Amino acid sequence: MKITEETIKHVAVLSRLEINKNDISQVTEQMSSIINMADQLSEVNTEGVEETVQVVDRDTVFREDKPEHWQSREELMKNVPEQANGFIKVPVIINKDEDE
Amino acid sequence: MNFKSTIGFEVHFELKTNSKIFSPSPVSYGAKPNTETNVIDWAMPGVLPYVNKDVYRLGIMVALATHSHILPNTHFDRKNYYYPDSPKAYQITQFYQPLARDGYVEIEVHGKKKRIGIHEMHIEEDAGKNTHGTNGFSYVDLNRQGVPLLEVVSEPEIADPDEGYAYLEKLRKIVQFTGASDVKMEEGSMRVDTNISIRPAGQKELGTKVEMKNLNSFEHVRKSLAYEEKRQAQVLLAGGRVQLSTRRFDEATGKTVLERVKEGDADYRYFPEPDLAPDHISQEWIDEIAATLPRSAEERYSQYVNEFGLKDYDAQVLLQTKESSDFYDKTVAAGADPQLAANWMNTQVNGYLNDNRVSLADIKLTPENLAAMIELIKNGTISSKIAKKVFAETIANGTDPKKYVEDQGMVQLSDTSVLEPMVKAVVDSNPQSVEDFKNGKDRAIGYLVGQIMKKTRGKANPKVINQLLNQELQKR
Repeated sequence: MKITEETIKHVAVLSRLEINKNDISQVTEQMSSIINMADQLSEVNTEGVEETVQVVDRDTVFREDKPEHWQSREELMKNVPEQANGFIKVPVIINKDEDE
Repeated sequence: MNFKSTIGFEVHFELKTNSKIFSPSPVSYGAKPNTETNVIDWAMPGVLPYVNKDVYRLGIMVALATHSHILPNTHFDRKNYYYPDSPKAYQITQFYQPLARDGYVEIEVHGKKKRIGIHEMHIEEDAGKNTHGTNGFSYVDLNRQGVPLLEVVSEPEIADPDEGYAYLEKLRKIVQFTGASDVKMEEGSMRVDTNISIRPAGQKELGTKVEMKNLNSFEHVRKSLAYEEKRQAQVLLAGGRVQLSTRRFDEATGKTVLERVKEGDADYRYFPEPDLAPDHISQEWIDEIAATLPRSAEERYSQYVNEFGLKDYDAQVLLQTKESSDFYDKTVAAGADPQLAANWMNTQVNGYLNDNRVSLADIKLTPENLAAMIELIKNGTISSKIAKKVFAETIANGTDPKKYVEDQGMVQLSDTSVLEPMVKAVVDSNPQSVEDFKNGKDRAIGYLVGQIMKKTRGKANPKVINQLLNQELQKR
């Protein structure tokens, strides 16, 4: 599978990553080798094997609908860059990339 | 040239649970910002989401009510995007195997019935709420993040804005009567996105679609679609191309305004959610849920009109909300006359709710008490005049009407052995009225009734008095 510089630039935009112009060719090369390593999996013969989305040994794990207050709100809010009246203050971004 | 419209809808419903879809954070409106959110909602390292069973249960109710096929095997997927409304940088949704597919809703427009297909419906988590300040900052409240949503996607089978309006009304009513959601657009528990494309009549492939998001009333949906039909036709007739875009409805002008041009499909890099096991939905569980499904508005309507003999209008008023219809059903179940119960619900009870700006859930009136009061009127224990007083007391304080009437000595006087001497005495002391009566002045009787009412402080049964008075006057 060929990874191009265009793909790297596109993924960088999607991930909000800034990649230095000078580094792009190196990142492209490294990404290619990672993807190609993972791509070896496609050599495995999976004919007749049912498709799966999960490898855990259980399914249908449900919780009862019981609310619980989180006790350490202050701890949680320590992770935010800036607060204002309990809100998380962030630079204004009007448009999402797309709809949710 | 004639054009044909193709309209589709994506409607989000907030499902009515006590806790969030993947964490035990409480779901509550109006809580202080960021007080109802926790480490799971934020996807902090080392935490795992855990599916709320009721989210599936409520979703399955809506699937059943829309004749949808519920998938026996489903799983969640991760939709990647970066935006401050979710610290996770992804939304957990169902992309590959949704909750249900291939349902339908039946609508009626201008007397014509039509089925609108439901392509699919899936459950997912809501995002937080951003408030944009004017100072270059946004303020984020994550209380809403992780609130369960059900997204219902219609087939693009809606041919005009009126059908679109009818579809939304019907879908709202169906969901409302399952009890799965509050379906209040003004509170965001129902949110409507629509898309519309037009094509020349006879052309097979669909035109380029335009999307409009978060319209805040059904009327705005209708108006914006009608505007788009015209606008797109003008663009095409002028030899132009409709742009794949998102537009916004401007309430002030009634026009739609370009918001964003789309360039190809969004790249969300969906993949199966690795933190959640797949879900198997057994037929047994579906049957269990089906057995608890409340009666639909349609079923109730047909009972109200055909069995109880209510007028169409009265039935419609009762069916405006599930709460009001449930209250009415319970009142009738408690033994009330269906017609009288409908009259009291639609006039006195609704009047009280409007005057006090409260809902049925906030007041002390119970269906049992309403039924008891109606019975007191029906069997002649109290007059309809006294009933107004009893009603005011029982709705304000939850007092048992029967006990109240007895304690206050309000029982209507119907006993002829008590009333007869009174009637005689009143007739004896008013010879002028007797004279008037004989001269054909019917009003004379009204005066005499008034005298007896005075003596009994309004408790005499007017029917009985009228009858006794007539008998007595004939004798004179």
